[in-house]
Amino acid sequence: MREMTYTDAAREGLAEEMALNPLIFVVGEGIGPRGGNFNTTLGLYDLYGEMRLRDTPISERGFSTICTGAAVLGARPVVDFMFLDFELDALGDIINQTTRIRWMSNGRLKAPVVFRGGVGIASTGPHHSSNLFSIFMHLPGMRVVTPVFPADAKGLLKTALRNEDPVMFLEHKKLLKTKGEVPESEYFTPFGKANIVRSGKDVSVVAISYMVIKALKAAQTLEKEGISVEVIDPRTLSPLDTDTILESVSRTHRLLIVDEDFSPCGAGAEITAQVMERGFYELDAPVRRVNGVFAPAPYSPPLEAAVVPNETSIAQALRDLSAE
Amino acid sequence: MEIQRAAALELTREQSLGLLRSMLLIRYSEEQLVKCYARGEIPGGMHTYIGEEAVAAGVCAHLRNDDAVFSTHRGHGHAIAKGMKPERLIAEVLGKATGCCQGRGGSMHLFEPEVGFYGTSGIVAPSILLASGAAYKFKLEGSDRVGVSFFGDGASNNGAFHEGLNMAAAWQLPVLFVCENNMYATEVAFAYASRSTSVASRACGYNLPGVEVDGNDVLAVYQAAGEAIQNARRGNGPTLLECHTYRTRAHAEGMRDAGYRTQEEIDSWKARDPIRLYKENLLRGGIVASGEIEALEAELLKIAEEATQFARQSPMPDPSTVALHVFAES
Repeated sequence: MREMTYTDAAREGLAEEMALNPLIFVVGEGIGPRGGNFNTTLGLYDLYGEMRLRDTPISERGFSTICTGAAVLGARPVVDFMFLDFELDALGDIINQTTRIRWMSNGRLKAPVVFRGGVGIASTGPHHSSNLFSIFMHLPGMRVVTPVFPADAKGLLKTALRNEDPVMFLEHKKLLKTKGEVPESEYFTPFGKANIVRSGKDVSVVAISYMVIKALKAAQTLEKEGISVEVIDPRTLSPLDTDTILESVSRTHRLLIVDEDFSPCGAGAEITAQVMERGFYELDAPVRRVNGVFAPAPYSPPLEAAVVPNETSIAQALRDLSAE
Repeated sequence: MEIQRAAALELTREQSLGLLRSMLLIRYSEEQLVKCYARGEIPGGMHTYIGEEAVAAGVCAHLRNDDAVFSTHRGHGHAIAKGMKPERLIAEVLGKATGCCQGRGGSMHLFEPEVGFYGTSGIVAPSILLASGAAYKFKLEGSDRVGVSFFGDGASNNGAFHEGLNMAAAWQLPVLFVCENNMYATEVAFAYASRSTSVASRACGYNLPGVEVDGNDVLAVYQAAGEAIQNARRGNGPTLLECHTYRTRAHAEGMRDAGYRTQEEIDSWKARDPIRLYKENLLRGGIVASGEIEALEAELLKIAEEATQFARQSPMPDPSTVALHVFAES
């Protein structure tokens, strides 16, 4: 199978859907002729012009809510925030209008905007590194998508562009240049279907976004020590495929959750609660979590290394959990 | 003179009466709601539009069902003028299953997309952006539909105003921004909140037309809105239309209406009630006889009263529906 980078695969998915649906348009800073800071729209302006690839002023709240209005009238907007942190200026209207208009209108309106942007810590400092997963999971009406592999970046983006709800499409910056196999024939990756990326029998790991890569490395290390680790990539945090997680726990009886985002009220807290509610008697040990340190993202490499979970800290957590 | 004005606007007699009809239906529906509130029949809050009816009537008279109106927390008038039935409004405010959204939102969350009414909002200012977004979609599809945003002077001091007007002008979107300057953002005077004296004058900062009219003169609103909407339909971009008007009741029902404006000021605006002004104009111009106005008033009052009875007698919503429509598949 051919190999592509994460960004190229996602862009191929966007291009395929734009070719089919003239109501898809993209807005953002530098996504027009320049093709996007992260090459998210490279080459598309020449195909579709400025109405469908609209360079914007630095008005995140403004263009996000404009896209909501367009979506309510039937368009399929994609808001490309570049760095997802910039979305925080728009979040008030996204919560009050975008995620609620379907419910408020009693199901007569919809606002299927795809909000995408780079998340995660990558020597990017306190204003360009947010993950914010649990903030979005907390919103009724919002879908939350965290692709890890290039094939999923494409397949999930295509699903997002045909889905009828607003979507947060969160692309970890350390994944953008990674390569992976991407099918040539058309496919869609469904929402709400976790991917068991490595099978194991002793302990389950749910890893979120880029932490899947780190967890896989830790699992390789543990394999040599005789501990068999199953790694689950939820792929979407809303809807969350708790069934797959519970099924895994029913075999391994131990669960570790790895998330670069913060621990308090985080995705791991929600997953833990759901597993406790539905699978308590399957557990041979408490659910454990490895999270980023509860502090703004630092810039300097040694500070950053102190904050972000890595294969060593994940491997140690797995050893500890296996011994419990 | 009024005959001349109506003729200059190419208003038929029916259209002239249509403006009155629209204003009266808003007024009578809201007077019913005020009574309901006083009787304790309304579970939540409510902001009346009484005194500002000429703006909604004058603007919406130009709109089609496939245009898109986005409105404010003070949106009953826009809903009625755009075609929502009074019983759908009143039942919603009473929290009933027959309301326009089955009691999900009440007074500040009115939606009737079937007539081009895409909603009111409990948050001030997003209508500016949502209407611009509708206009973006209309431009993308190459139609002559328009987006219309109603908002108050308060919203003109929100960032949405700056971002929305700037982008709508830069991209020449088919949208009309209707600022209802009623002089107070809740109870803070525009004259206190801003050093500028007009909202329309801000348009020059974005290089789009800014027009100022007497918002209690329905013909003035009708004329200015008509020109702006024609411009938008023809691809000539947005207009900011500032309508000077006044709410004669408190910011919200049940709120203490004191400490920020004088009785003299309220009385001076009541003396310029838009419905009374327009009725006098119609009579003076000989466009209608007084008996016809009385008959119209009796007809519309009956509609509003029957709508209220309908709302009162309607069932409350089924609690089991509360989580429907959170997501597409729910």
